[in-house]
Amino acid sequence: MKWQLKPAALTAAAVTAALASGAVLAQAKEQFFPVLSYRTGAYAPNGIPFANGYVDYLKLVNARDGGINGVKIVFEECETGYATDKGVECYERLKGKGPTGAAVFHTLSTGITYAVTDKTFADKIPIITAGYGRADSVDGTVFGYNFPLGGTYWDAADMLVQHIGKKEGGLDKLKGKKIALVYHDSPYGKEPIALLEQRAKMHNFELLLLPVTHPGVEQKATWLQVRQQRPDYVFLWGWGVMNSTSIKEAVATGYPREKMYGVWWSGAEPDVTPAGEGAKGYNALVFLAPAGTGSVHKEILKYVYDKGQGTAKKEEIGEVLYNRGLTAALLSVEGVKRAQQKYGKKPLTGQQVRWGLENLAIDQPMIKKLGFDGFMTPVSTSCVNHSGESQARVHTWDGKKWNVAPEILHADNSIIKPMIRTSAEKYASEKKIAKRDCAKEAD
Amino acid sequence: MLYRENGQFKSSYAADLQMLPIAQDRWFVLVLVLFAFLAVPFLASDYLFLSILIPFLILTIAAIGLNLLVGYCGQISIGHAAFMAVGAYAAYNLVLRLPQLNFLIVLLLAGFIAAGVGMLFGIPSLRIKGLYLAVATLAAQFFIDWLFARVKWFTNHSTSGSVSTAPVELFGWIVDTPVEKYVFLLALLIVFTVLAKNLVRGHIGREWMAMRDMDVAAEVIGIRPVYAKLTAFAISAFYCGVAGALWGFVHLGSWEPLAFNLTLSLNLLFMIIIGGMGSLLGCYFGAAFIVILPILLDQAPLWLGVGISTATASHLAFMIFGALIVFFLIVEPHGLARLWAIGKEKLRLWPFPH
Repeated sequence: MKWQLKPAALTAAAVTAALASGAVLAQAKEQFFPVLSYRTGAYAPNGIPFANGYVDYLKLVNARDGGINGVKIVFEECETGYATDKGVECYERLKGKGPTGAAVFHTLSTGITYAVTDKTFADKIPIITAGYGRADSVDGTVFGYNFPLGGTYWDAADMLVQHIGKKEGGLDKLKGKKIALVYHDSPYGKEPIALLEQRAKMHNFELLLLPVTHPGVEQKATWLQVRQQRPDYVFLWGWGVMNSTSIKEAVATGYPREKMYGVWWSGAEPDVTPAGEGAKGYNALVFLAPAGTGSVHKEILKYVYDKGQGTAKKEEIGEVLYNRGLTAALLSVEGVKRAQQKYGKKPLTGQQVRWGLENLAIDQPMIKKLGFDGFMTPVSTSCVNHSGESQARVHTWDGKKWNVAPEILHADNSIIKPMIRTSAEKYASEKKIAKRDCAKEAD
Repeated sequence: MLYRENGQFKSSYAADLQMLPIAQDRWFVLVLVLFAFLAVPFLASDYLFLSILIPFLILTIAAIGLNLLVGYCGQISIGHAAFMAVGAYAAYNLVLRLPQLNFLIVLLLAGFIAAGVGMLFGIPSLRIKGLYLAVATLAAQFFIDWLFARVKWFTNHSTSGSVSTAPVELFGWIVDTPVEKYVFLLALLIVFTVLAKNLVRGHIGREWMAMRDMDVAAEVIGIRPVYAKLTAFAISAFYCGVAGALWGFVHLGSWEPLAFNLTLSLNLLFMIIIGGMGSLLGCYFGAAFIVILPILLDQAPLWLGVGISTATASHLAFMIFGALIVFFLIVEPHGLARLWAIGKEKLRLWPFPH
């Protein structure tokens, strides 16, 4: 009887092998996209539209194109509540999912970025921090996996200083002026200080630093200082409920809203609408995508919402943060697409996606083709420069909608580059990180 | 039937003074420790290590620290995250400014610095009691939050206020992978538990408990309140300082003052209340409850295949977590450790209860 068992065992093994390979084949055409989002907590009004935009674009790519070159996108959301510890937990939870692990993370908070950056070296998963995160992570030789695509807070602060300099009739006219920075007391809000201090030294203006503690609903003391010191300009570096509170306090203090400039995270609809008419005249930077709709929105309505698959409410499509979520998803998808050109149309690992993000070349015709005309600026990156050229515009709230000024602002790299280098060197020595040699990696 | 001490005779003083007098307990703990050291590293995934086991081990050390003060000495504190912050920033500055120091020495020094700060903020306990003392310790929390957020020297003039550290190195061993971190922390936790156990059953622990039960009576029989209360504050802050340094160096890697905010203080307090005041075992239970349960609740809908949005899941997790805390406190106000003790009592009589 013994010999009969063998074929049976062999058949069983063959069947299992076939099943296993079948499972592998079924899995093989999927790329996993982790989605960190915050739909609860003090920052939810801003986190929800961003997450909706991000997820809607991934759904669109699946519904319209059947995935990225035939590789279907699968994604999973994880709620961070904008808290660093929960964000790190989400990162750990999602990093290994899907056949090849997570493709790329958007950490969605500067605090989480700081914490996760250390882990990327071992996990080899890139993180995109479009318009936030560490300013010094532009340096790809030290921060091998961080991509502050499109601009950092140092860029933003620099653009704002240049913008008001121009308004005053030259940067030298800033001498003796007072500029107050009202900021969220977290790594996010503190990030621009280094650059503003540098600029203050160069142009001899006085910088007032006015921190606001999380979550920012109590700002009476801060605005009392504004009333006493009467700064010529106020830069607002807030997030979530802090922004609308600041504008309301400015109204109460009688500080002119025309003299207030927000960073790109302080210039969305939820920030100004609570202040009602009072927010009129308030300015903020626009980064990548202003409010409005274009051809990509039509396609989202057609392919996603008409089938009842939409994440947001229809009327929210086209809001500032929704659009920023779209562009963030576009950057992830384009990174994977670019990497597929080198590694083939199959699910890629984080390490491979990094190559794609390092060799991004999104130009104007391509933006048009993707349906993002007017909602995206060209981005091109390299192994050394993980950010690409940064540009932004200023938009002003007229009580009903945001009006974008035509002038395009650029950061002054002659000031920022040396700062990035020193800061990145310091990080590398603190962390004992060996720098990458980009010349050797090029092929 | 299985769990009885019949026939186990103590024939020496040493046997009488054992930490675990019952042989079955000794075997159980031995097997548990061996399992934790030898089996868990091969069984657990990275996620389990980094998100559950490592925070659990560190917070248990902190909870033991707080329990020494609140559970054993009866002095309430809602500022113990501040002492963790002191430990973390002290260790950061020691490593930064004296890089040649061994990390174990850094850890001890960080603990001593935290102990000093703890004693300073423990001084009000000599005059005030109960809720008033709780409010005074809250001052420690706010003051230390402010200190590390505002005084740039402590963060080495970091522009963002966030500091980052290199992986821990011990005699050429770089504690970097999740498994190494876990083993290192587990060893520390065992050492600190044994130390705490011996403290609380020694003369100093008895002084604390006398102070807790009735301070006037304790004073009458010759216990110095200054000594008893301040040592409790110092040792408690020492434990939290060490835990804070580990939290920063091993768990977070880079952190900002917000990592040690009031929420963490309150969580520590919940841990010992839910786990059981005046019980070292309770610290383990409490830390496990507070660390693991929210994560489980958050992921439960996904495992069950219920398709609800992450926002709803997160709100639900909050509600269930709160309800469970209330439930446990109603069922057993003395904490999970008491439930465990009742279970043991029952097991002794099994299968023939009276």
